[in-house]
Amino acid sequence: MKKIFETQAVRKLVFLALTFVIIQLLISTNIIDAYLQNTLAAICINIILAVSLNLITGFTGQFSLGHAGFMSIGAYTCAIITLRMPTMLGFFLGVFAGAVLAALIGFVVGLPTLRLRGDYLAIATLGMAEIIRIVFINLKITNGAAGLQGIPRFVNWTWLFIFTVGTVLLISNFLKSSHGRACIAIREDEIAADAMGINTTKYKVTAFVIGAFCAGIAGALYASYFYFLKPNIFDFLKSVNVLVIVVLGGLGSISGSIFAAILLEIISTFLQSLSELRMVMYALLLIIIMIFRPQGLMGSKEVTLSVFNKLGGNFRSGMSKLEQRLKSKKGRV
Amino acid sequence: MSVILNVEKLTKSFGGLTAVSNVNIQLEQGELVGLIGPNGAGKTTVFNLLTGVYVPSSGTITLSRDDNKVALQGLKPYKVCKTGVARTFQNIRLFKDLTVLDNVRIAMHKNVKYGLLSSFLHLPSYKREEKKLTEESIELLKIFNLDNKKDEYAKNLPYGEQRHLEIARALATNPVLLLLDEPAAGMNPAETAKLTELIGWIREKFNLTIILIEHDMSLVMKICERIYVLDYGMVIANGTPDEIKTNKRVIEAYLGEDVSNA
Amino acid sequence: MEQLLQQVINGISLGSIYALIALGYTMVYGIIKLINFAHCDVYMIGAYIGYFCMNNFHLGFVPSLLISMVVCTLLGIAIEKIAYKPLRNATRIAVLITAIGVSLFLEYGTMFFVKATSRSYPEMTGMMAQRFNFGNVVISMQQILILAITVVLMILLQLIVKKTRIGKAMRAVSMDRDAAELMGINVDTTITFTFALGSALAGAAGVLVGVYYNSINPLMGVLPGLKAFVAAVFGGIGIIPGAMIGGYFIGAVEVFVSGYGGSLYRDAVVFGILILILIVKPTGLLGKNTREKV
Ligand SMILES: Nc1ncnc2c1ncn2[C@@H]1O[C@H](COP(=O)(O)OP(=O)(O)O)[C@@H](O)[C@H]1O
Ligand SMILES: [Mg+2]
Repeated sequence: MKKIFETQAVRKLVFLALTFVIIQLLISTNIIDAYLQNTLAAICINIILAVSLNLITGFTGQFSLGHAGFMSIGAYTCAIITLRMPTMLGFFLGVFAGAVLAALIGFVVGLPTLRLRGDYLAIATLGMAEIIRIVFINLKITNGAAGLQGIPRFVNWTWLFIFTVGTVLLISNFLKSSHGRACIAIREDEIAADAMGINTTKYKVTAFVIGAFCAGIAGALYASYFYFLKPNIFDFLKSVNVLVIVVLGGLGSISGSIFAAILLEIISTFLQSLSELRMVMYALLLIIIMIFRPQGLMGSKEVTLSVFNKLGGNFRSGMSKLEQRLKSKKGRV
Repeated sequence: MSVILNVEKLTKSFGGLTAVSNVNIQLEQGELVGLIGPNGAGKTTVFNLLTGVYVPSSGTITLSRDDNKVALQGLKPYKVCKTGVARTFQNIRLFKDLTVLDNVRIAMHKNVKYGLLSSFLHLPSYKREEKKLTEESIELLKIFNLDNKKDEYAKNLPYGEQRHLEIARALATNPVLLLLDEPAAGMNPAETAKLTELIGWIREKFNLTIILIEHDMSLVMKICERIYVLDYGMVIANGTPDEIKTNKRVIEAYLGEDVSNA
Repeated sequence: MEQLLQQVINGISLGSIYALIALGYTMVYGIIKLINFAHCDVYMIGAYIGYFCMNNFHLGFVPSLLISMVVCTLLGIAIEKIAYKPLRNATRIAVLITAIGVSLFLEYGTMFFVKATSRSYPEMTGMMAQRFNFGNVVISMQQILILAITVVLMILLQLIVKKTRIGKAMRAVSMDRDAAELMGINVDTTITFTFALGSALAGAAGVLVGVYYNSINPLMGVLPGLKAFVAAVFGGIGIIPGAMIGGYFIGAVEVFVSGYGGSLYRDAVVFGILILILIVKPTGLLGKNTREKV
């Protein structure tokens, strides 16, 4: 009986369930009000974006500056579908179609450009995201620069939670598999990985496509939660924001990305009223962190739930000591 | 005995420099052959050509496996690896920030059968194969006495063990032909002697054909059955260690370095 | 025919500006392999300095241009010393994020002081406002000025890079930093000098844009910056003549695409060209292919 509660999987489940229930309670009691719920949604969406970009940049070592492009494809696809089909089914269809379309574009763009190294790839992906944005500005179906309004909202905390946890789990599972290790090997040494039988192009594209797929999901959630889209939301700065979360949390650290997404969004919520100064502070923060802690908060390390295990362990050993002491006292009496 | 590798008229130029010129090499199944020559002679370039890291300017490389002939020239490195050719690198190229175990498991990736779906969902096939993969990796690490260090980062290993891990990683790809680029570089005489023995042993155990580049003549002369000597990108001699020791052209090429004292 | 000629003239003006900015990108990339995202904001600040010189201090065009170049030079040096120098041995991505940080800092810092709204450069008068008509083809004095100044600056740059000690040091450092250091070249000074040169050119480009297009704002550098970078990549990043050719090429493409009805997709075409060149010849028009030694 005791054994079961100590397995990693169960502990994870309990942790997640608690997180979900506590936040749901806070929402029901309006402690997390409508305004803070926006922050919550932004955090979840940023977690998905950051973790998926981390797969591409932090784990596979491919420097992408175009994540906002994939996000926008998911967002517009979901918006267009749910505007015509404002049902729960339409929403799921929208999320799915958005993710698949983003993945498809990721494949088409990734296949030729992933041969490029480092900065060149960054610039190519930046160019791609800009092209996507310009296309959305000019299309009729996306209503051009004015954007889309009144997108039906189907996303609530439950869906945010499910999608966020789902994508994070899928990606971290992937990274623990042989396919994931193949990606990491490319980051470590592309030439050695190639010589050890890993089809580097295939795995770079795989990481890129998975990343794009998840960014598509994030975009779809964004569209459905914030019910308003315009192309300029998905500009260069948005891609940079995601990259900053990833670098701040630590390249190659999933938990780092999650912490950084939460931290940055909370800071930004507090500084909301400062407008320009907020951006100035954000910029200064970036420069200072890069100068003093360029590896990010976590480096490439992970925080796992065994932290709780340790705490629990301390607790248990404390209890047993206490018990012993009590026993010995009893003995004395 | 059958020929396993046949290299004909292999040539590679970088701009104006011909690093490898008209090289012919033949390896018999099960042979252990040395490739020696002064610095900059083109030895590593030959390895890079054999493994697809560089594309030859001209010439052919043919690998024979069970009566199947495969042309290696022009193949990408990972495809060459899949045909059964593995290598180590002169300037160690381990996956530094990964564990010893992961270094080996990555090299076994090409034999992994579970697909993407299973890796996302950790289905039973994932669990089964990962278990097998890990066990096999540890078996391999035992040979090099690295199994107790399986969770260390590769970059934290001492130099000699890093070289060992490079060989273990190459073996993990399940090769028939193994190319070792200066495996004893940076080792002291005792370590070199142990390595020499180990190389001989893994050849028997894994039924390998081995070609190795080495400057340490004690190693080369002791275990190589045949030696190719490269100078300025050309093969200037080819024969048994005794023949090479007394070859005039070789001695000239090594002027100053004494080949025969090994 | 006349329309074509007019497009060519407009293309040269725009291309000159891209070329001036692209030079800064290419020189910095050549020497420290950094995409200096803050470069486009130095150009923006140059435009504002020119604006204040002309509008508030009623200085003429030439003094304004020179002052702007000097201020931008100092700004470039400051950026390099404060933000990039501490990161000399950091990872590429850390330096890149820093560059983006500096860029945002300059953009929103400027916005804080001058507000986000666009400002108009003072009306050009007298000789500066002249226009020359050749049939239906119009050449403005400003266009002549842009071309003349760009050509003069490029010649100066070539002289500095080819003839002076520090110019030779720049080339040496961009070829092989370690070797240059061993030869007794002061690498830090050389890098600082490179930033100074690039920033001076960007400052000039800022004033020229102000005079030519009239309207300036704190985010005006972003898009031209990206396009100038595309120009640098097109010509072969790190190669000075490549940046010039790339600048004029991108300028021409833009003007022609707009001129023949594609103005909505103008920027998309430029980025399309970027991706195409990266796929076909990542080292750019004048670049040489190199492969990592194994
Ligand atoms: N990628 C490359 N580009 C240019 N020259 C190269 C490259 N690789 C090797 N060379 C040159 O080829 C020659 C042979 O090098 P190499 O094969 O490494 O010699 P070694 O016999 O010491 O292993 C050297 O002159 C080296 O500089
Ligand atoms: Mg060598």
